[in-house]
Amino acid sequence: MLTRLSSGAAGLACSLAMLVASGCATTANNPRDPYEGFNRAMFAVNEGLDVVVKPIAQGYDAVAPLPVRVVIGNFFGNIWDVWTAANNLLQGKGEEALSDVGRVLINSTVGIGGAFDVAGEMGLTKHSEDFGQTLGKWGVGTGPYFYWPFIGPRTMRDTFGWMVDVTVGPVWGVSDMALRNSLVGTRYVDVRASLLPSDKLVEEAAFDKYNYIREAYLQHRRSVVFDGELPHEDLEPDSEK
Amino acid sequence: MKFLLSLLFGLFLFLPPATAQQLAPDALVRQVTEDVLTVVRQDKDIQSGNTRKAIDLVETKVLPYFNFQRMTALAVGRDWSKATPDQKQRLSEEFKTLLVRTYSNALTAYKNQTVVYKPLRMQPDDRNVVVRTEVVQPGSKPVQLDYSLEKQDESWKVYDVIVAGVSLVTNYRDTFGQEVRNKGIDGLLTMLVERNKQLAAGKK
Repeated sequence: MLTRLSSGAAGLACSLAMLVASGCATTANNPRDPYEGFNRAMFAVNEGLDVVVKPIAQGYDAVAPLPVRVVIGNFFGNIWDVWTAANNLLQGKGEEALSDVGRVLINSTVGIGGAFDVAGEMGLTKHSEDFGQTLGKWGVGTGPYFYWPFIGPRTMRDTFGWMVDVTVGPVWGVSDMALRNSLVGTRYVDVRASLLPSDKLVEEAAFDKYNYIREAYLQHRRSVVFDGELPHEDLEPDSEK
Repeated sequence: MKFLLSLLFGLFLFLPPATAQQLAPDALVRQVTEDVLTVVRQDKDIQSGNTRKAIDLVETKVLPYFNFQRMTALAVGRDWSKATPDQKQRLSEEFKTLLVRTYSNALTAYKNQTVVYKPLRMQPDDRNVVVRTEVVQPGSKPVQLDYSLEKQDESWKVYDVIVAGVSLVTNYRDTFGQEVRNKGIDGLLTMLVERNKQLAAGKK
């Protein structure tokens, strides 16, 4: 039911986006965020949803001891490494892809089904690649910024990338509905719990939470497409000190 | 081991500031980072959320190596040149207060992280560099933490911090720019002052 709900919500959000794109004239203040009106509305929805989700994540955070959370994180991380390997290959990064495959093999066997990141200890650093990054590497432009309920911020390119990630990912392919839902649910809570420390930071540092998250997201994505090797842009419009 | 660390820590205290600043940028980042981490690792108060102590730590050990005037200028952008010297000074002060208050919090979330220092790529006469580090935590993906430094006379100062690809300076640009457009430089100043007052009121 959760899957239907999530994909239903995503579908609804997508169609709403089309409506907004074709119909209404939005206040296009920011060229990177032409659907700001729609996005802010969705942001408000998510903030509303968080009223329910956050306490669950906090409970998980409080109750699950760190080693358990590390194991859960590693388990999902291991599954993700398979897709990361594929994306690295698609991006022409053979060495990284090989390392990722090594990680999966080692962690799935010696690391007992991915529970322990033995490969990491051995020096095979964890990469994180998704299809959105692959598209970026191939030169696909980001497209406008969107903020979706449940999944949060994604540019148009990364929304499409996310859909591919989800379709290919084995978690969503699990046939047992109950098992799949609990896997998805656990993953969602785990991710939300990992973001709890930054909650306070965003609350205090941001004057406009929506703005802050958008800027951070866009910058972060740009950076990861280039694996952190982006030359730092010359920040100054003039040479004023 | 702990004794050695405290000894090194004590030695650092006796280093006159000038010497510390004449270090190469990567050595400077490493020294300050390790210095701060050493304190945090031993301070149970900070680890259990004492923000006031974290702020004090940042103010003594970190701030001297930051150029807040430059950071503020970059965050404000084009409109900076419209500000009077007095406004510039006040804006830098308020922005500094905001950054120190909010980001010192990160220190209270310390949980056994270690820092990996990437090799510095720099030409001998460069006056502008990026020092790349990585914060490693067991059970999580490493987080990239970069510092943009520029050479002022003979010492290096930080003017931007980039966490996981997100530049501190650029993150505020949109908000600052909008505020200046709507309410002018004084409006921006008011916004910063108000936020700092709120944060001060909320803190222990």
